[in-house]
Amino acid sequence: MIPGSFDYVSAQSLPEAIALLGQYGDDAKILAGGHSLIPLLRYRLAAPAVLIDINRIDGLAYMQETDGMLHIGALTREADLDRSPLIRNRYPILYDTARNIADPVVRNWATVGGNLAHADPANDHPATMLALGASVVAEGPAGPRVIPIDEFFTDVTFETTLQPGEILTEIRIPAPTERSGGAYLKLERKVGDYAIAGVAAYVQLDANGLVTSAGIGLTNVGPAPIKARAAEQALLGKPLDEQSIRAAADLAEAASQPTSDTRGPAEYKRAMVHTLCTRALRKAAERAQGGAA
Amino acid sequence: MSKHTIHVTINGTAYEDTVEARTLLVHWLRDGLRLTGTHIGCDTSSCGACTILVDGKATKSCTMFAVQADGRELMTVEGLEQNGQLHPLQEGFHEKHALQCGYCTPGMMMTGLALLQSNPNPTEEEIRVGISGNLCRCTGYVNIVKAIQYAGEKMREAQQSPVAAGEGGGE
Repeated sequence: MIPGSFDYVSAQSLPEAIALLGQYGDDAKILAGGHSLIPLLRYRLAAPAVLIDINRIDGLAYMQETDGMLHIGALTREADLDRSPLIRNRYPILYDTARNIADPVVRNWATVGGNLAHADPANDHPATMLALGASVVAEGPAGPRVIPIDEFFTDVTFETTLQPGEILTEIRIPAPTERSGGAYLKLERKVGDYAIAGVAAYVQLDANGLVTSAGIGLTNVGPAPIKARAAEQALLGKPLDEQSIRAAADLAEAASQPTSDTRGPAEYKRAMVHTLCTRALRKAAERAQGGAA
Repeated sequence: MSKHTIHVTINGTAYEDTVEARTLLVHWLRDGLRLTGTHIGCDTSSCGACTILVDGKATKSCTMFAVQADGRELMTVEGLEQNGQLHPLQEGFHEKHALQCGYCTPGMMMTGLALLQSNPNPTEEEIRVGISGNLCRCTGYVNIVKAIQYAGEKMREAQQSPVAAGEGGGE
């Protein structure tokens, strides 16, 4: 399978990439890791006239904690997340997620920004970022703006609220507080496959062990990444015990909208959302209470 | 349609060529340069048969355009053998009977090489995770794992002997 013809430009700087996007508009696509885009081109499901390669732009790949935030450059490779002691020790939910994306060779090129900007409900980072209450930075001709992640995805598959001419440049995640923890669990048929279902859960507890904030995101059980708001709300003010976890899992299952396909019937996927949500919340609780990472 | 002149070093040899933007790296290697040791399997980055090293990183060459390799250093399976001497990985695949049909072998060896370069003494579990993006349709994973372990041992020995010899001269 050979993609259709296109022009190719390797941008050397962010302003150049933004100017090129302005010049070509909807005819252009950004090429980062390419592991979603290139297969789409090969199947001819996408046929952009121009590819703007951002891989040579310096300063878009980094992970640093400043001002109570973890800043991840959009061009950071999944393999870098996977190998980072900072991520492993401080953000185990992100480590869980990176380890579950595609396979180790794909992760050498696949980027965190691309995983989000592609807005595929089957991608793994969206659910985790929804659970963490992350935000993304978009840079366009008018400068940068910050978009909360739950306003970044729409209800439409592959659609984001990025404006024409804007590039996703950074992901921001609130630094962990005392007694906070999260986990991402993915059920997959084999390494490298999309999830049958995936659940990300993140909780913050007070000194008495009561939930002060909760985030739950669902992977590949609807047309877009799903934030299970009712399940999050139900946990507030409660201890994370079997009763509250079950109630939240019931609501997360109700929020899922899977369809039947080769990965299983919808009924099975809904049941898996329940099971994964239960397990993810238990693990999040364990981590929040300083248990095993 | 745009054409681009690229300069790429492959297995230590410098190449210059003009490629269409849409030419995939694996197609350029195989059809353009006749380096047919790199195989095409699934064509969609699932199977890893096309794995090569790009600037030292294991890379599925079916999911990168040739133009993206401009200025980069590549290593393909043809680069393993040096002066008629098999690389420890090739030796390991031979010794441990780690290939049946042989189709996945070039990709397995290149992924194995990248793994051993970053982790010279991996556990069996680390090897299994490391090659989880490379599929063997003959399902001969047990011997592939053994071959990578064998190569790791050989490579560590080769690393250690000059160091051991130089120890007396230290500090």
